[in-house]
Amino acid sequence: MMSCHVCRLVTAYSDDPRAHCPRCHSALHVRKQGSISRSWALLLAAAMFYIPANVFPIMRTQSLSSKDDNTILSGIFELWRAGSPGLAVIVFTASIVVPMLKFIIMGILLVSVQRSSGLVTKQRARLYRFVELIGYWSMLDVFVVAILSALVHFQILSRVEPLPGVVYFGVVVVLTMLSAMSFDPRLIWDNRKSQ
Amino acid sequence: MASNRRDGMHHAQNLIICEHCDSVYQRRKLSRGQVADCTVCGAVLERHQWIGVDGQFALIVAALIVFVIANVSPIVTLKLSGMAADTTLWGAVIAMWKDGAQLVAALTAMTLFFFPLSQLLIFCWVLWFARDGRRAPGFAQAMTALVRVKPWSMIEVFMLGTLVAVVKAHTYFDVVPGAGIWAYGFLTVLITVFSSHDARHLWDITGTAKA
Repeated sequence: MMSCHVCRLVTAYSDDPRAHCPRCHSALHVRKQGSISRSWALLLAAAMFYIPANVFPIMRTQSLSSKDDNTILSGIFELWRAGSPGLAVIVFTASIVVPMLKFIIMGILLVSVQRSSGLVTKQRARLYRFVELIGYWSMLDVFVVAILSALVHFQILSRVEPLPGVVYFGVVVVLTMLSAMSFDPRLIWDNRKSQ
Repeated sequence: MASNRRDGMHHAQNLIICEHCDSVYQRRKLSRGQVADCTVCGAVLERHQWIGVDGQFALIVAALIVFVIANVSPIVTLKLSGMAADTTLWGAVIAMWKDGAQLVAALTAMTLFFFPLSQLLIFCWVLWFARDGRRAPGFAQAMTALVRVKPWSMIEVFMLGTLVAVVKAHTYFDVVPGAGIWAYGFLTVLITVFSSHDARHLWDITGTAKA
């Protein structure tokens, strides 16, 4: 038996790559195609982009007296120093902790599935669901830069602009999301030794 | 073989397969507040739909109205030395585009405008017919689109982002919240309510008339 990922209809098992759901006509796949390779490719690409995303500044704050370019990390320090430790923690979590967790967890999942490990399946399944849940929260900093860039438009007095780092960061978020979406969690269970 | 298959199809409506581990279950009627979890891997199989189709339709219409307000009204106004500046979502998209971050401008427009709007409109369309137990024209395509678009709707993240931006701006400027921020807050609540409802239940509720 297999189920349709769009409408969840249960139909008879079929190996035919052209099988379609009788109810909603979506393609039926026993497993996501090329799941491991696609997921790895997207994850590694995301990891590569994460370096410029952190090295290049994401936002420029210009005032009469100064021009401040901030990277993700220096922006977090600024929040902390400016007396908003709570916000600093939120941004740190969304922009550093979440992406790092996604890299590490997806890496663990992919390696364990490739090595046909049958261990700790339930925990790995939980890890995957966790990654799916936290997925899009790393877009936070991107939106913050977008809003501030639009708001702080006081010409010479005060001006906020986005910088290339934010583009790399946006790409990282999209790629990690795609990586998690290409990973087929059922692969975790394909290798278990016993129930 | 043929009769086996027919039997399988006959009972298909009563079965559900866990999307995370392929375990097969018999579906049970859920009562209020109940959630069916996969016993093998712990993933959610299905939840009780506590809002009926009519209620969902009302919520969707409300969400659409709030969506328009949220996009049209200024989110927040900054004041400095007698000058004031405010922005809407599109203001932010355009500002990013003009400042050279076109990719991010496009990403922002997609995740905060086009995808959520498509979700609301498609869902509205499908629910309108579902109220009579019918499947809307293009039902299958609509439902497929809903499933595809869902993970890319990021209004909740935008809400938090707005709050962070406002607090950041507060250190240097006078900040006056606009109608837009309340609208986005309300929209976030509505969307969260919707997220607990799997649109795929509409396949069961609506008849098998031409899809």
